[in-house]
Amino acid sequence: MKIFAILALIVVCVIGAFALFAWRSEIEPVDAAAQKFDPAMVKKGAKLAALGNCIACHTVPGNRAFSGGLALPTPFGAIHSPNITPDRETGIGTWSEAAFQRAMHEGVDREGEHLYPAFPYDHFTQVTEEDNRALYAYLMTREPVSTTHAGDHVMFPLGFRPLLAGWKLLFLNEGPFRPDPNRSAELNRGAYLAEGLGHCGACHSPRNSLGAEDKDRHFAGGEAEGWVAYAIGATSYAPIPWDTEAIAFYLRNGWHELHGVADGPMAEVVGNLADLSDQDVDPIAAYVASLMGRPDAKRKAAAERLQAEISGPGASAAKGGSQAASGGGADMAGAAIYASACALCHEGGRAPPYGGLDFRLSTAVNAPNPQNIINVTLFGLPPADGEASAVMPGFAASLDDRQIANLLAFIRKRFSNGTAWDGIADMVRRTRSGEHKVAVRPADSIERAPVNVGAKE
Amino acid sequence: MAITLDVNGRTQEVDTDPATPLLYVLRDYLKLNAAKFGCGLGQCGSCTVMVDGQAVFSCVTPVMTLEGRKVTTLEGLGTIDAPAPIQTAFIEVQAAQCGYCIPGMMMSAQALLQKNPQPSEREIRDALRTNLCRCGTHMRILAAIRRAGELMKSAAAEKAGTG
Repeated sequence: MKIFAILALIVVCVIGAFALFAWRSEIEPVDAAAQKFDPAMVKKGAKLAALGNCIACHTVPGNRAFSGGLALPTPFGAIHSPNITPDRETGIGTWSEAAFQRAMHEGVDREGEHLYPAFPYDHFTQVTEEDNRALYAYLMTREPVSTTHAGDHVMFPLGFRPLLAGWKLLFLNEGPFRPDPNRSAELNRGAYLAEGLGHCGACHSPRNSLGAEDKDRHFAGGEAEGWVAYAIGATSYAPIPWDTEAIAFYLRNGWHELHGVADGPMAEVVGNLADLSDQDVDPIAAYVASLMGRPDAKRKAAAERLQAEISGPGASAAKGGSQAASGGGADMAGAAIYASACALCHEGGRAPPYGGLDFRLSTAVNAPNPQNIINVTLFGLPPADGEASAVMPGFAASLDDRQIANLLAFIRKRFSNGTAWDGIADMVRRTRSGEHKVAVRPADSIERAPVNVGAKE
Repeated sequence: MAITLDVNGRTQEVDTDPATPLLYVLRDYLKLNAAKFGCGLGQCGSCTVMVDGQAVFSCVTPVMTLEGRKVTTLEGLGTIDAPAPIQTAFIEVQAAQCGYCIPGMMMSAQALLQKNPQPSEREIRDALRTNLCRCGTHMRILAAIRRAGELMKSAAAEKAGTG
């Protein structure tokens, strides 16, 4: 009897202690949009919002910018992004700057509820108070949009938000960013942007079973909206190693002649970065390149050979098309499809982004997971709205699962030294049916939000 | 290599390299000239036909992949004497200027309207985004597609009424 009483007391104490630990106060509502904001601050906030790619998660394609409602699929259920326009009822129009600072810093909303880490506060915690102030000024000067959103559908017991305090205890290292005195000012700036507001690792790092980034495998490759977010560290599969200049060009333009075109969610990232200045983007490139390190002798030699082959006389012309097939059967079928459907652009001799990338240069062809090339083959690269852009037709309507599998097996064999991909036909089937969900966006981010896109202010 | 094709409901055999684009087979072997060669790269849409009811660029579709599937070209929708609703609508609205892109436009629109008889403006623009027109009759093309939707709707209602 006595033992039970003691146990019960302990349980009550533990629950009480956790409740106290998890509890956050409400911050008084204010009329946020009624405040006066310095236009310079708003302009700075616009740039920062573009760097943070806020618009991508907080906007349903075609709806008003920042009005939220986008379903983010996670292994724990679908989480819907909130409306972050200054609407008082359905947005964040009652949030004071202090409430916004707290949300960015520790992932708690104005009412004191813990937020799901789909909102990457494990990165945003590093953002300085001053930058948050600018972001706040920018968001509070957007037009308020009234919305009704579906609720979240997370698995039991994660609907009970105080549990998130436990997640934070394990995985949230509260900021602010601490510069490394052994790094140059530019690299520290790049680290601040890439690890903080830019939250590159949210997609490009693998996650553990509790959905937290694996810190030991930083930038070793992750997943985003049905796409592989390739490793951007030392384990990159790019046939020609990336360098600072190439990364900077890619981030500014959405493509690079030796690496190809940004697609999937990365198309939105570069769409937003396009309006920023070199000074904003170069430090990110320098930082990411510094983490990739210098390629070892073997990789460097292979890249030099490849570059010589590609720029050599007549090298971009087709080396055979369908004639290159060997062995007949599936190989032959894949080669014939390649010759008719792919080679015209991909061996056409026209430089990217308007010509197709030589597949020998393609990370998608050389990576061990074929998901991205399956996505592009099925759905293509949709054209940007009202401007010239890379474009590729999708082949979902003309090629069946087996035909795409034959095609990709041929491409893998002919253009990479990697081992054959397993189970491609089944992956194609799952991707086509939507069992594996893939977000496909145009090459710019305009479709995401026809008004108020990116950093233009 | 002999390949059996179902084009506009007729089964036909063609003897050609399996990698030959469908467009060449349609125009050169079957003498169906509605689908046009534009860019040859699957970017302009003038070669659009339907395969199993979906719009497809015939210039980048190897003919070998089409065995056992239904190919529909503009000729398969209607004739000058008995035009299909989409053709009637394009004539009514006078949506063509040079006309080179129009067969592809009509096929993309037909594929859309078969799936979705009352598309929104946005859905029409999305479905037609891969069809380019250099003359600038875009607004009339959009009007013709809306009109075709109406014609199809009243034809369906009539059929339901008499049937």
